[in-house]
Formats: sequence, C-alpha cells, structure tokens
Amino acid sequence: MKNCEYQQIDPRALSVTPLSAQNLGEKKAQSPRRKWEVFPGKNRFFCDGRLILSRQSGVLPLTMGLIVVTCGLFFTFDCPFLVKHLTVFIPVIGGVLFVFVVISLLRTSFTDPGILPRATPDEAADIERQIDTSGSSTYRPPPRTKEILINQQVVKLKYCFTCKMFRPPRTSHCSLCDNCVERFDHHCPWVGNCVGKRNYRFFYSFIISLSFLTSFIFGCVITHITLRSQEGKSLVQAIQESPARYPLCLVICFFSIWSILGLSGFHTYLVASNLTTNEDIKGSWSSKRGAEESENPYTYNSIITNCCVTLCGPMPPSLIDRRGFLPPDEPIPAASASDIELPPFRAKNDANMCTQSTKDVLERVVHSSDFPVLCSPGTPKTTPQVLNVSSRPALTTEPSPSVGCTQQQARQPAATACPPFSRSNKRDSLHSINPAFRLASPSPTLSRTTLILGDAPDTGFNPLH
Amino acid sequence: MFHNLQELRHSASLANKVFIQRDYSEGTTCKFQTKFPSELESRIERTLFEDTVKTLNNYYAEAEKIGGQSYLEGCLACATAYLIFLCMETRYEKVLKKIAKYIQEQNEKIYAPRGLLITDPIERGMRVIEISIYEDRGSSGSSSGSSSVSGSTAR
Repeated sequence: MKNCEYQQIDPRALSVTPLSAQNLGEKKAQSPRRKWEVFPGKNRFFCDGRLILSRQSGVLPLTMGLIVVTCGLFFTFDCPFLVKHLTVFIPVIGGVLFVFVVISLLRTSFTDPGILPRATPDEAADIERQIDTSGSSTYRPPPRTKEILINQQVVKLKYCFTCKMFRPPRTSHCSLCDNCVERFDHHCPWVGNCVGKRNYRFFYSFIISLSFLTSFIFGCVITHITLRSQEGKSLVQAIQESPARYPLCLVICFFSIWSILGLSGFHTYLVASNLTTNEDIKGSWSSKRGAEESENPYTYNSIITNCCVTLCGPMPPSLIDRRGFLPPDEPIPAASASDIELPPFRAKNDANMCTQSTKDVLERVVHSSDFPVLCSPGTPKTTPQVLNVSSRPALTTEPSPSVGCTQQQARQPAATACPPFSRSNKRDSLHSINPAFRLASPSPTLSRTTLILGDAPDTGFNPLH
Repeated sequence: MFHNLQELRHSASLANKVFIQRDYSEGTTCKFQTKFPSELESRIERTLFEDTVKTLNNYYAEAEKIGGQSYLEGCLACATAYLIFLCMETRYEKVLKKIAKYIQEQNEKIYAPRGLLITDPIERGMRVIEISIYEDRGSSGSSSGSSSVSGSTAR
C-alpha cells in the first residue's frame, strides 16, 4: 500500500496520454504560472500572490464595517461638538488610533501566518522509510509520533498526514485553511486568517489598538452626552436631541469593549508567558495535569524577555514561495488543468488511480485478517462495492471515482488522475490509516458521488445503499 | 568526476536524496542536526560536511538572534504600524541572502566535485537540508581528471 501511495504521489510514475499532453502543451504555451496558483491549502491570493487570506474569510468584512461605521459616526457627530468644547486633539488621537487599527487588521489578515509548505514526495518517502525501519512491520501503521527533548522537557511531535511530515514543535494543522502553521495560535474568523508566528505581533497590536480605540470612542461619547446634559438640558433630552446614532455607537462600543478588553488581557498573559492560545486551551504545559510536572520549555522565565521575543523578535520570512514561478517541467500544472475541468471529467480521470489503488487494496483484503465480512474477495458482484468504499474520499471538494471506472479506463486519459492525488492529501492520509478501517465504514459520500457523477454515461454505478 | 555544477546537472542522474532533519533540542530556533548520514560516508569527508552544517547553523542563529538590533527593528516597525517592512529588508532576509551565497559557494567548491548538491533549506520550508546524490550516467558525460575525491566511485 505504501508503495502504491508513493506511486500515487509521484507524478513521474504515470504515463501521459495524448489528451493530457495536449493540455500540458497548452499550459507550456501560456505564460509561466506562479506557485500561488497551485497552492494546495485552502487560501485565497490577491495582487498576484502578494496578499494571502484564508478561503474561509469569516467575518472580515463585518469587522471592517463595524470599525469604519463606528469611527465614521464618531467623527461626524461627536468630534465637532468635542472640538468646540474640549480640544482639537480628540479627532487627531481618534484618527491616529483608527489608522493604526486598520493597518494592523489588514496586516494580520493578509500576511502569511507562518504556513509550512507540504513535504516534497522525496522527503515524505524518506520519513516513511525511517518510520518503517524503526520497528513495526504489522499491518496497522504505528502511531506516528516522535519524542524529542527541548530544554530537558519531553515534547511529542505528531505526524501530519496531510502535509506528510512531522510537525515541528508548536506547529499545528489548521483544518479550516488545511495548512500546518508554525507557532499556531488560533484561526480568527474576525480577521479571516490563522494567527501564527508571522502575524501574531500584528494581531496583538490590532487588539490592543482596538481596545484603546473603542475605549476612547466610548469615553468621548459619554463625555459628549454629559456635556450636553450639563448645558441645562436633562440627560434624556440630550439623548433625544441627537438622532439614533447614540444608541448605535454606544451599544457597539459597550459590547465590544468588554470582549476586546478581555481578549487583550488574555493575549497579554499569553505573550508574557510565551504561550499560544492552542497550548493554553489544550493545557499542554499545565502543571495541574496528571502526575508529571510539565513546564513550558519555550519560556525565558522573564516577562519582559518573553514579551520582547514574541513581539519584537526578528521577523521570519515566508516559507511558501508564493510569487515564485513554477519550473516548466513541473507536472503540477496538470493539477491546475484538472482543477479547471468539470468534476465529472475529473472523476473519470481518476479511473487509473482507482484501479491501481483498489488492486492493492484487494490484495491486502485477501491477506488481511481484520477484514470485515463486507467484501468477499473474488466475487465480481462485490467488487464494485469494494471499489466504491475503498475510494471513499473525506473531502467535499473532490468527487470520488466511480465504479464504472474500469469500463471508462480505455476511453479516458490517465495522467490527470495523478494530480488530484498529489493534491488530495486527505485521500492519501486515508490510505495511510489502516485500510481495514476504510473498507469497514460504508461511505456516506456515496450519495454525493451519485449526484456528482450524475451526468457520467454508463457508469454502472452500484450504490451501496 | 564533475568539474562544476553545470556538468553535474546535465550529465548525471539523481541516485538518492539525503535529508538532514532539524535539531529541536534548544527550542524552535532553526538548527540542523550535525549527525553524519551513512549514505554520504563514501562520498564526502565527515569534517567537511560537519563544517557546512555548523556554519549554516551559525548563520541561522545570527538571523534569529534576539538582542539590541532586533528589538530596535521591532520597535521601529511597531511605531510605523509595520509599514516599514514594505520598504526595508529585515535582518533575517539579509542573512538568508548570505546563506544562499554560502550554499552556492559550497556547492561549487566542495559538493559538486563529489557528485553532491545541497538544496537551500528555505526551499524546503526550513525543515530539512536536502542533499542530492548524483550518479554519473556514462563515461561520455563526465570529464575526467578531476582531483582528490576518493568517494565518487559508487557506480
């Protein structure tokens, strides 16, 4: 299976048929593609790869809208009054804070948080070889963790099945962005991006400056109302005089102050103790957990040093070369070609891979002892079921190969079958997990497969249910 | 035997790749293991290899050093709302350029004559130092007469 897996992710092993060669030829005739165009994670790129955002950008427009609207109302209605009665510095301070907040927000959202590029096939093969030689030859793959010592503290490194590498310490895989991020803090929907090593300082300055801004606006609005009511009118009258803006401005500020101040306080604590949100939530270094006294091995045991290191430390470079050009002989452009193609076409192209992988699966099925009663090998009737279940993808983005793939095989080009596998790392990850588990669980995505392959002719598709 | 990098790339076929992994014993700072891989035993002297890795580790330590200059850079960046990063090259980037030059130089002088090629770790996400081991494809491709190397006879 593992041999098959590496054949799957090694594009050079597959033959190129005329149709896909034509596609490649078309690609070569076009201008060279940049690497961001074939980036495997769930990200969106702007300005030709200069700006990166998560595909699930969450409520970033809402965040911007709230900030702009609140500040707009403040500048339009409160500032004139306060300038007249207090000082001209009020809009100046407000303006400076507003600019700082917006710039920090944009920097946090559009900066690469510290995404680790996925392992190259050679590297992945090397790691697999090392895992194999260290002991287990059983059918079930061994638990993929590695223990290392950091500052005399035992730390477990986990293997990431999607990125095919052992995650460095403090790195975590964000399921929303489908990337491993260094020093992963959390995925912030307000900001529309992960918060990690490279943009944590921007995020922190964003929430601190936002706390100041909301407190400032809140204070100014209260002052405004107070001053108005002191001019001989009652408080109620003062509020009635102004249009509905006061409640809106006040309400937004009131609720956001508590949440943002709380968040700022929490992150100040994290910065001071050199922790990430991820570690804090999981309680990785909590001394209350279990019998072991585990201390944070990354802390410098001084609040000031921790703060300086986290916020003023050197700015690491982006490891994903977004704007680099793809080498012309790279087979990855075929992956983009298959991306543009219609899903049914791509599903048919998975034919070769489907048969390849299922042949191996069938072999294992025959030899495996934990194989469930579901498939009795050798009967042609059950073979379609095996094909279905074994090719079960966990992804919603890619359709699974159909049963009729063996029929389709002669007609369809095989080369584009490889790129979906090089890109569908979750499918590979399923292959790495015990296949018996895979076969045993009937696929809930089969119905989805039926829908997607609805217009594929003569599939001979036999859904399990 | 290979005189230079061009010959290496054109006349040799890739036989194997060795990956030098990261050493996390001192935390998350970038540092590579200096353990000499067995596949290179016949190809290059241990001391040369260790020197290369140690120099690279020193470069990375210099890039990630936290001290006066990095604090100044950080505070200045914060004061300008991080816009300064758009115009100025960070210290890390300057050191990375030095590293790239050093690796190029090492490849030309030491590794290519021995049929090896080091890939800059930045191209592999700073996770590994990838050393490609080349086999000579045939006698026609390689030029003879190169010196000193005892190891490249694994054909």
